[in-house]
Amino acid sequence: MNDQSNKWIGKRTIRPDGVDKVTGRAAYAADNSMPGMIWAKVLRSPHPHAVIRGIDTSKAEALPGVKAVATAKDFVDFPLDKPVPIGIQDMRWMSRNMLAREKALFHGHPIAAVAATSQDIAAEACKLIEVDYEVLPWAVEIDDALKPDAAKLFDFTEFDGKPSNIAGKLEHKKGDIDAGFAEADVIIERSFTTRPVHQGYIEPHACTVSVGADGSTTIWSSSQGQFMVRAMTSFLTGIPQSSIRAIPAEIGGGFGGKTICYLEPVAAVLSRKSGRPVKMVMSREEVMRATGPTSGSKMTVKIGAKKDGTLVAGQGVFYLQAGAFPGSPIRGAAGCSFTPYTIPNVLSTGYDVVSNRSKVAAYRAPGAPIGAYGVECVLDEVAQAIGMDPLELRLKNIARDGTKAVHGPVFQSIGFAQTIEAAIKSEHYKSKLTGKFQGRGVANGWWFNAGGESSAQVNITEDGNVVVTTGHPDIGGSRASIANITAELLGVDYNRVSVLIGDTATIGYSNLTGGSRVLFASAMVVTESAEKVIEQLKQRAAKLWGIDASAVVWENGEARPSGQHTGNFPTLTLAEIAAKATETGGPIGAGSQQNTTGAEGGFATHICDVEVDVELGTVTVLRYTCIEDVGKAIHPSYVEGQMQGGIAQGIGWALNEEYVFDKQGRVDNPSFLDYRMPVCSDLPMLETIMVEVPNPKHPQGVRGVGEAPLVPGPAAVCNAVSNALGIRFHDLPLSPMRVLAAIDANMKQAAE
Amino acid sequence: MAKIHVTTTINGEPTEFLCDPAESMLDALRGPLALTGAKEGCGTGDCGACSITLDGRLVCSCLMLAAEAEGHEITTIEGMAEGDHLHPLQQKFLEMAALQCGICTPGVLVAAKSLLERNPDPSEIEVRYWLAGNLCRCTGYDKIVRAVMETAADMREAAR
Repeated sequence: MNDQSNKWIGKRTIRPDGVDKVTGRAAYAADNSMPGMIWAKVLRSPHPHAVIRGIDTSKAEALPGVKAVATAKDFVDFPLDKPVPIGIQDMRWMSRNMLAREKALFHGHPIAAVAATSQDIAAEACKLIEVDYEVLPWAVEIDDALKPDAAKLFDFTEFDGKPSNIAGKLEHKKGDIDAGFAEADVIIERSFTTRPVHQGYIEPHACTVSVGADGSTTIWSSSQGQFMVRAMTSFLTGIPQSSIRAIPAEIGGGFGGKTICYLEPVAAVLSRKSGRPVKMVMSREEVMRATGPTSGSKMTVKIGAKKDGTLVAGQGVFYLQAGAFPGSPIRGAAGCSFTPYTIPNVLSTGYDVVSNRSKVAAYRAPGAPIGAYGVECVLDEVAQAIGMDPLELRLKNIARDGTKAVHGPVFQSIGFAQTIEAAIKSEHYKSKLTGKFQGRGVANGWWFNAGGESSAQVNITEDGNVVVTTGHPDIGGSRASIANITAELLGVDYNRVSVLIGDTATIGYSNLTGGSRVLFASAMVVTESAEKVIEQLKQRAAKLWGIDASAVVWENGEARPSGQHTGNFPTLTLAEIAAKATETGGPIGAGSQQNTTGAEGGFATHICDVEVDVELGTVTVLRYTCIEDVGKAIHPSYVEGQMQGGIAQGIGWALNEEYVFDKQGRVDNPSFLDYRMPVCSDLPMLETIMVEVPNPKHPQGVRGVGEAPLVPGPAAVCNAVSNALGIRFHDLPLSPMRVLAAIDANMKQAAE
Repeated sequence: MAKIHVTTTINGEPTEFLCDPAESMLDALRGPLALTGAKEGCGTGDCGACSITLDGRLVCSCLMLAAEAEGHEITTIEGMAEGDHLHPLQQKFLEMAALQCGICTPGVLVAAKSLLERNPDPSEIEVRYWLAGNLCRCTGYDKIVRAVMETAADMREAAR
């Protein structure tokens, strides 16, 4: 790691893709067009739940300008009872989510798609499609879906031997939960709800797909994984993966919501049928109705503690909305929430609940902010009940190296305690609140982080510069960090390193941009590639000097003879060796493909100060600090950026964002006007403290940093509001209406 | 329906194009004019990713009809740098990492430039309220606000 002598690692370099992005040149998913291209639109279900008895597309097909119509019939059929898992998705659900097969399962569910010579004609043709629906009773909310007489979405999901909308259960167990609570001096048990929130990426889903007469397929789209796009398109259309070239456009935000396909396989079917390239772009309304969001939830959390603050038992029951198909992030809710603490007795249970709303997609540490919301709010009450500082309570019980986590693994090198200590010592935490309705809240959050498959190629150009290709869409500046690492390892100037994201035909398989894994994994394959390149450079220099390669060292971007040859030859720069590559053995370059392991979890602590306007019910965030164990900050600006982005999303989740449904089971706020994400004037400056405890299992000490900073957010904000008013809140979001109602109820209670 | 012929100026260049009567300026820019720097994040004027200026006034191009460009001057993100010489805001955004995914960046830059033309010494609050119409989901706005204020300070210094 040679920290002291680092020249590029840890530097705030200018990102390789930066100039294109500040000049409007960067090409995102919707910025592409192809010769002969036509446009496709999707017909969506007007009902939240209905059997599709028949679809008549004849009138649409007859409309002049229409080139192709697609329905589920045109997709590969995956029977409902046989799992076909591909990565984090199951093809049974992916297929039916893209175009409904037996039933429409939510309002906005795609039913059919039309490709035509213009967007207007495609939209007009959609209206001509006749669908014979048998409308069914429906349930959107968890409680409605769990009622005994609730309409069941699927025949094959059973719970306790009965048909049920509970599609799955997960349990983590440690110690003896009853014995644990029996030891406790203080037990706090509370129930909470959170609303579904959308990832809120500003770039709607879009793609252009061209299928040739020979089946050769080119996909241009933005996603969190071009290899995921290739695999799903292949599975759903039957086109072999080798015939598909998925090109990753620049991605305009994802946050997990683009680890899934909605359009590409549909466009591929339409292109195959029409013989024309097909472009699809979702409207914001379509994004809000039929993509993402993350789960809404209901949960009960019970924690027992000794008078001295020792936590002795923790129990959580988490119900998460999956939407129309199984697969809510119960692993994140039930698996992450108690993990940062050394609680000897834990029982954490998650239930996956399907209902008639859009299928959830991953959102930044999926499920973890939900579980942390319940646990961290109860911990706040525990601290209050025993009269202990809330951060000191957490520090007293924090997991350390050697602690066995409730979901299994033993922590090896973690900076949880250092992070909380940094929070306690921070100027923010030492500062005093000054106003009447001001409050401070703290919370912790933990996320698994991931390793997995990655590929890289490092090539030396003939003029002695460096081109690095990796296979992960760059969602928040990862190319800058990869350039920093490559420049450091090769000893060359940062500006001589180009970093590109390869398409599926030009770089080896690389798993999703997700799980905070991109820099962790790409740094490993880039490091191995660079080390191989350095070996080649030493061999080439040795050949030019006529000595043994073992007598050559690589230092500061130059080959230098060593041992008995020291000083015998002038050093050779990378450029000098590259210029003579042809005569010394040909092109210089190397690749690496690995299934990376050793990703240590991410941990963050938040401190939030708020002020409540008790007349309006509005909450203003006065000050906010995120403290995170970031492993090693390869590019500090983009690490801070991840922390600040996580804070903002947490504040939105806590205060404003929610899906509102009308009485017909339709999303009632499918726009950025009514789905209220934080805007610039809503927020203060966002403070960050990077705690660097290097990951010993990584060549540069990298630990994923992208997701953990969202996890504590909703709890930290809620604790701050609760402390400002002296009223405990258990239901998000803390919108003005809800805050005012709580204030009124409290005043009424006091008066009685 | 017959297309409308529009004569206008875009980024200083006299420009002609044809559009449908109902076509938005954003669609004209991104379609026939091939200027895809302005982005469509919502199409309803809520996100600001399509920000341009019309005779120096900041507008959402998704809320403007293409035909309304007739006889007026439009500037877009593509007109912000002069050749390979970046505008100070563009340079500062790069140096201070005031972008992550970059999809909102063209709109934010166009809006920020418009602010500094009106108010060369904005307070933090003024920057925040001016940019309240430009959604960013990645950065939490911190680095954006700092970059705008530092650019303003640099430009004031340079103008002295």
